[in-house]
Amino acid sequence: MTKPDNGSYKNQIHVVMSLFTLLFLVMMGYFAYYVQFSSIDDINNTYNPRQETLAQKVVRGKIISADGQTLAYTQEGNGTEERIYPYGSIFAHVVGYTGKGKSGIEQIANISLLTSNASLNEKLSSEMAEKKNIGDNIITTLDTDVQKTAYDALGLYKGAVVAMDPDTGRIIAMASNPGFDPNTIAKDWDELNTMTATSPLLNRATQGLYPPGSTFKIVTLLEYLRENADCEDYAFNCKGSFTYDGVTIRCYHGSVHGQIDLKTSFAKSCNSSFANIGSSLNNTSFRKTAGDLLFNEELPIKLNYRQSVFELTGKSDTEEKLHTAIGQGKTVISPLHMAMITAAIADGGMSKKPYVIDRIENYTGETVKKYEPSNYKRLMSDKEANFIDGYMKEVVQSGTGTKLLNQPYEAAGKTGSAEFGSTKGESHAWFTGYAAQNDRRLVVTVIIEGAGSGSDYAVPAAKRVFDTYFGKYGT
Amino acid sequence: MINIIAELSKYFFILCLAFYTFNGFIVFRYPDHEDQRSFYIIQNVFMMMFHAAGYAILILKGWDEGLIFFYAVQLVLILAFIILYRVIYPKSQPLIINNLCMLLCVSFVMLQRLSSSKCVRQFIIAVAGMVIALVVPFLMKFAKAVFTHLTFIWGIVGIAILGVVLILGSVTYGSKLSFTIRNITFQPSEAVKIIFVFFVAGMLYEDQSIKRIIITTVFALAHIGILALSRDLGSALIFFVVYVMMLYVATGKVRYLLGGFLMGAVCAVTGFKLFSHVRTRVIAFLDPWSHIDGQGYQITQSLFAIGTGGWFGMGLGGGTPKKIPVVEADFIFAAISEEFGCLFGICIILVCMSNFLMFINIALKIKDDFLRLVALGFSVVYGFQMFLTIGGVTKFIPLTGVTLPLLSYGGTSVIVTLIMFAVIQGIYSMRDRGAGNDEA
Repeated sequence: MTKPDNGSYKNQIHVVMSLFTLLFLVMMGYFAYYVQFSSIDDINNTYNPRQETLAQKVVRGKIISADGQTLAYTQEGNGTEERIYPYGSIFAHVVGYTGKGKSGIEQIANISLLTSNASLNEKLSSEMAEKKNIGDNIITTLDTDVQKTAYDALGLYKGAVVAMDPDTGRIIAMASNPGFDPNTIAKDWDELNTMTATSPLLNRATQGLYPPGSTFKIVTLLEYLRENADCEDYAFNCKGSFTYDGVTIRCYHGSVHGQIDLKTSFAKSCNSSFANIGSSLNNTSFRKTAGDLLFNEELPIKLNYRQSVFELTGKSDTEEKLHTAIGQGKTVISPLHMAMITAAIADGGMSKKPYVIDRIENYTGETVKKYEPSNYKRLMSDKEANFIDGYMKEVVQSGTGTKLLNQPYEAAGKTGSAEFGSTKGESHAWFTGYAAQNDRRLVVTVIIEGAGSGSDYAVPAAKRVFDTYFGKYGT
Repeated sequence: MINIIAELSKYFFILCLAFYTFNGFIVFRYPDHEDQRSFYIIQNVFMMMFHAAGYAILILKGWDEGLIFFYAVQLVLILAFIILYRVIYPKSQPLIINNLCMLLCVSFVMLQRLSSSKCVRQFIIAVAGMVIALVVPFLMKFAKAVFTHLTFIWGIVGIAILGVVLILGSVTYGSKLSFTIRNITFQPSEAVKIIFVFFVAGMLYEDQSIKRIIITTVFALAHIGILALSRDLGSALIFFVVYVMMLYVATGKVRYLLGGFLMGAVCAVTGFKLFSHVRTRVIAFLDPWSHIDGQGYQITQSLFAIGTGGWFGMGLGGGTPKKIPVVEADFIFAAISEEFGCLFGICIILVCMSNFLMFINIALKIKDDFLRLVALGFSVVYGFQMFLTIGGVTKFIPLTGVTLPLLSYGGTSVIVTLIMFAVIQGIYSMRDRGAGNDEA
């Protein structure tokens, strides 16, 4: 056999060398990228035991609103540190507290607040002076005026308001009532935890799960649209109630809507008509549509939240089916989730990731990290979103949301009055919708516990939030 | 005052290793050995500065003051090794020796900080390994004769050793890897790597007929199969990649390379479907955060360490690397990155990479086909193992549970790596020999 010459393996060895060199370079690139860009989100985890170590070296940074107001800062005294929240209970849930554990932004941005990106020079000189470094500041997406309005709009009622920019997913306001004073959390801690009837520590906007009432007709409408291409030919004669398989559904307040089409059924929120629609739906595909809208799914947000629940399955009975179609039954949803669905309708079916942190700055104001808007999932097609959008506009034009007519902004939405508990007639007031003025748009979702009908209580609250937002930014 | 020194020392460590690494790469530009010498001496200076500063910080921060003695003994060992190698093997490659000593210095400092007793054991093993490493290059003269006659016996030896471990081995972290005789734990799969590379080189260097390839492949698959049954996935993967690379280089046929990887992919998918421990690793890789209490625990703790350390690290003794499971062995890179910083970590990768490139360079320069294949095989063993472990702890790839050569705590791993380095040295010193017919 012929002996290979001396250069025999050289080409192959060069190939192997190039392959591995490439592998190493990509790995190093990944490693550097991870440390620079992604690790910040990972290490802010309560399982990371290193957060306490950082707190001994760094003065916790500030939390600042989008309009430049300080929402939380640390005051240094003689060797002591005190966390001050100038707005007290107004931002209590979303900004959160620190001390007795952590919540809100204080929790999700803990590592950033405890990291100092001051210049190297400065860090060394504070080491020399045996002083702590100053932690980075968190600039939120929250607006103090809109937040105040949202909080005030709840008044003495329990409930929550979420205001979000549908074009970006920025949370403009997130209010929950009753609140607590984060300045005195350590002192009040035990008492707050005994108040199980009102649960002031609960962020109702993300952790409150409510029956959606008539706001759920958005989902029922979408499912009906998906099952029936000719759905606009729908007609129904409402006599105030609808009976199917021995189950009777009545319209709210004993209303009788008469001969109505699909759009009017939605605008007037006719329970009988929607029970009739619900009776025709396929449970399995209804469940799939609910899943598309993120029921029983995780939400893309770091704040603590609870997952919405849609229980209807192929095996459910008629009673559950009809109740589900009008938003009663076992379905529950969080206000934030409702706001996300609404934002997706406003934005052609695509949902954005909701976010409360706009950027991280070092204490001199240089940006360390900027969070950009990003798409999350397509909840429905562009065509479906436009269809529902038209129906939600009709609610304001001629239905249960007419209090939003004739404003400098153009609004659309859906009201709801969700019955709860065993006492007849008690209901949570819902509104979810959006409005636009010039280039600005805002989604507002309101839930007021036990107040009564959505059109009487939730719509005016939403209107105040729209008025404040567009008064400030609309022109 | 101590705080300031500790803070400044972070940058000093990074600078030492950065200058060391830089000098290691510029020698590639100077083919003349005389020109290279000054760079190697500069490297030795930075190495010693790092080592001294590391122990100084530990002593300042209140570790045992008796450490100064232990430090001195380490320094003597390292200097003695460098000088003895120069004297006994004047034709040896200084960069490989320097890198070996640099990585050991980092390992000593890091292990000292993590666990004194493990550092002492690592030191004793390093002494033993260095003694062996001084003899091995001399023995390389006989290697060809030993491994090219009745080569298949070495294949059987390898399979037999792995088989014994499979049957008798004790289970560590879900894998049957080792057995213990009189308190000394062996990981034979580490040692079999060496025999395996010689075996494959012996089989393929001369005769690349289909029959020969089939026989060799059967032997290789037996090795890999036993390792997979022992649940030692990392080693199985290393043997697999080494075999595919050696086969490709020996035959020059790209189809073996592609076919090998295709078969590897099929095996990976089958393994995923059949074995729960494979699935566990994949789950921990894809979504560690949802399984942070279970399968994802190790990797998330490692990422916390790396991420919190950032570019400049928490400072030696300033982090909490002990929260990471098996930090001294598989996760040493995460501990290094946490305390010395990611920049330091990148320099470590570059040092390891320069080892790999130097090994490959030697494979290119050597004229004997058998030795050339051996050098190539060891390059791949070293390079791929380093890729698996660093890629694993940074979540670039799934964790496979292999050690980082010379840096990780682990007796067999250190000795085997030292032997590999010494074999390469031996091959290097024979670079002027003829083209595979030196017996003639």
